[in-house]
Amino acid sequence: MSDEEPLDLRTLPDDDLCRQMHDDLYDGLKEELVVGTKILLERGWPPDRVLNDALVEGMRIVGIDFRDGILFVPEVLLAANAMKAAMALLRPLLAETGAPSVGKVVIGTVKGDIHDIGKNLVAMMLEGAGFEVFDLGVNNPVEKYLAAIDEHKPDIIGMSALLTTTMPYMKVVIDTLKEKGIRDDLIVLVGGAPLNEEFGKAIGADAYCRDAAVAAETAQTLMMAKRLASGED
Amino acid sequence: MDLVDDEATFGAASSDGSDSSSMLVIACGAIAKELLEVIRLNSFTHLEVECLPGKLHNVPRRIPAAVEAKLAANPDRSVFVAYADCGTGGDLDRVLARYGAERIPGAHCYEFFAGGATFAEMHDREPATFYLTDFLCRHFDRFVIQGLKLDRHPELKSQIFANYRRLVYLAQTDDAALVEKGQEAATYLGLEYEVVRTGYGDLQRTLVDVVTRSRAGSTRTARAG
Repeated sequence: MSDEEPLDLRTLPDDDLCRQMHDDLYDGLKEELVVGTKILLERGWPPDRVLNDALVEGMRIVGIDFRDGILFVPEVLLAANAMKAAMALLRPLLAETGAPSVGKVVIGTVKGDIHDIGKNLVAMMLEGAGFEVFDLGVNNPVEKYLAAIDEHKPDIIGMSALLTTTMPYMKVVIDTLKEKGIRDDLIVLVGGAPLNEEFGKAIGADAYCRDAAVAAETAQTLMMAKRLASGED
Repeated sequence: MDLVDDEATFGAASSDGSDSSSMLVIACGAIAKELLEVIRLNSFTHLEVECLPGKLHNVPRRIPAAVEAKLAANPDRSVFVAYADCGTGGDLDRVLARYGAERIPGAHCYEFFAGGATFAEMHDREPATFYLTDFLCRHFDRFVIQGLKLDRHPELKSQIFANYRRLVYLAQTDDAALVEKGQEAATYLGLEYEVVRTGYGDLQRTLVDVVTRSRAGSTRTARAG
């Protein structure tokens, strides 16, 4: 490899450049990804197309391979760092377009659990999908979810846990939402390595999301269903 | 005896060992040294131990299939599995249920060394805790620094450990060198340091219970169902 000429991204046609950016994202090559993002913008791509075709699609592959045990924590963090750097270029441009938010999401890791790598990936994919994301961080008691619901009026609550000992706390949050009479106003998504679909159903979540890409797709699907049900466009 | 990359079998010490009549313990290589010491201390000479590589600690989703291969290769033997759930999210239990095999109670080795109630209290007191055992102290470079690629990407250290506040070394033995290594690890990660002497905890208690019941004829043999 060391004998090869460095690849000049500017020589690549759009499709090949996009594929190369997926590879660069997968490999956590931040500088290369930023250069690719700039090239696509210079070629007149709208920022949302750069985001979806070059970045989100690349991150979707990273999320799936993380779920399947092909990629591990360090690789995912390097990819996420690359994505963040490219997103920093796109975010102001996306804001200028004035595209409406797809919906609001409050997301956090539950009480007793300080793991956030998967949760951060989900937040990133949701932002990429057009959601406004309010990230509560880690170790969140139910009071913090309630305060965030009160403050941000989200459409979706996302809860994450990595530990078998902390995942039951998701049910505490959902039961509290029921007690407060606001459960049915919200879409509740849960995820984390030790969870599965049966667990999600058992605790009364709307969906268990097995990886970050599925979380973003599920959020979009359920938002659309919610809007249809409420008579919105 | 640390088994990081390799598998190993330790036959029973007595003449009736290493045959189909001896009880088989399928174990994580990361607790091989401790398990063999518990066996020695209790004179469980009829036990045969087959260890899987300790490196599976870092890739828990591979544990259920590796354990199942061992169970399938030992039909009709009395088997105990010296793993906790170990981050398999219940997948290991689903395998064990098919073979009627038991494991050590708890979520992971930190819990069974500390004891369930003690670990829960410790974790509730400070969830932002990174734990080491004797094995992980000995192999901190391999499992943490290299395993998380901190040697090649030092910038990841602050990201991966951003939410942690303390490192607790759960000590199975009194070993000043390991206490010092734990301190070095805590300093490297920028965490407060605490040593908690656990001994062999539920590893010993569970093994004694399983062997006692086995001798009384009340444990089940491994058989795919």
